[in-house]
Amino acid sequence: MAAKTLTIDGRQITAEEGETILQAATEAGIKIPTLCHLEGVYDVGACRLCLVEVKGTPKLLPACTLKVAEGMEVSTDTERLRKYRRMTLEMLFAERNHVCAVCVANGHCELQTLAYSQGMEHVRYEYTFPKWNVDNTHRLFGMDHNRCILCTRCVRVCWHIEGAGTKNVAGRGGKSQIITDLNQPWGCSESCTECGKCVMSCPTGALFQKGSTVGESERDRNKLEFIVNAREKKQWNA
Amino acid sequence: MERLKIATVWLGGCAGCHMSFLDLDEFLVDIADKIQVVYSPIADVKEYPEGVDVCLIEGAVCNEDNLELLHQIRAQTKVLVSFGDCAVTANVPAMRNQFGLGNTESVLQRAYIENAQYNPVIPKADGIVPKLLDRVLPLHEVVTVEYFLPGCPPPADRIKAFLGQVLAGQVPKLAGTQLKFG
Repeated sequence: MAAKTLTIDGRQITAEEGETILQAATEAGIKIPTLCHLEGVYDVGACRLCLVEVKGTPKLLPACTLKVAEGMEVSTDTERLRKYRRMTLEMLFAERNHVCAVCVANGHCELQTLAYSQGMEHVRYEYTFPKWNVDNTHRLFGMDHNRCILCTRCVRVCWHIEGAGTKNVAGRGGKSQIITDLNQPWGCSESCTECGKCVMSCPTGALFQKGSTVGESERDRNKLEFIVNAREKKQWNA
Repeated sequence: MERLKIATVWLGGCAGCHMSFLDLDEFLVDIADKIQVVYSPIADVKEYPEGVDVCLIEGAVCNEDNLELLHQIRAQTKVLVSFGDCAVTANVPAMRNQFGLGNTESVLQRAYIENAQYNPVIPKADGIVPKLLDRVLPLHEVVTVEYFLPGCPPPADRIKAFLGQVLAGQVPKLAGTQLKFG
């Protein structure tokens, strides 16, 4: 495949054609904050945290879906980007009820980690305090819509790693929600194989193992990567 | 050098932030000659004084007393610090906001009637028991707040780092895990 040369944060980088800016940056040791991105499944550019600046275009573009091109000049850490990343995080916190102190994912949450690493010490927007339910009908797992950021990781692992297609998105805008089958209680789902990949993939405390209490929900993302490597590269070593 | 006039206030919170403040242990002795605690739930002062330099405020704004005191603090204090997650985000006290405006009756009904084992009665005493606000608010949605010290509670070393910067005459700036909620 053809190689492309470009610059990221002033550094000359060579990347393969078809790679994304996120992949090229990661290979070069340049860290771009991500949230909906998950190793092993395709990217959708949902969370807008990996936005980068590209010289010649006024728009900010998501690094996870932006393909490398010859001569591209990319900036990943500018004043403007930091401002927008912080706004995005604050809106995520204001949109639902993220109460870290009593959350199963406290201390293991990617949203929480991103917030402090981006210097978010408070949320400037008015909290919306919406009313969302917790689906505790499944035998093994629970879904707390209060903590969901609609990254769709669970939907992607369910469809494209497990192949069950149980999880979906319904509704529009801030009223969107993750549903099970045709918006039925999870416990009634006939398609769910109870594999738990959705729980493993969740960046926040929205999906959890039943019985876990505050701060107990640790994810094992390596298992997802292991399955993908086994399938695509025929490498069965953990 | 004149000692810094510090106040600490307890609004709608669990007192955990104040417990964490006491966890400063010997650091409190170290700073004792640099600060003067002019108002605090752990000091016997009845009225919030004039001319306070720094006020650490724990808890969210939950009732009419909280609201009135917060406005008084703002008027009589140079620097306000949202002290802990309830002050910064409204946190657990604000979980009743999810029940919509006008939740105060149902919340009191649940707490004092449905869950009561003995003497089910909603406490009402005008001028003594303050009325709940329709919506629990973080401090900065009510008044201007200068600094934010998150955490539930903020660990003692975080409070120490913050106060250390203030006493050294620096603009306090916490970063990284020192800003972790929860």
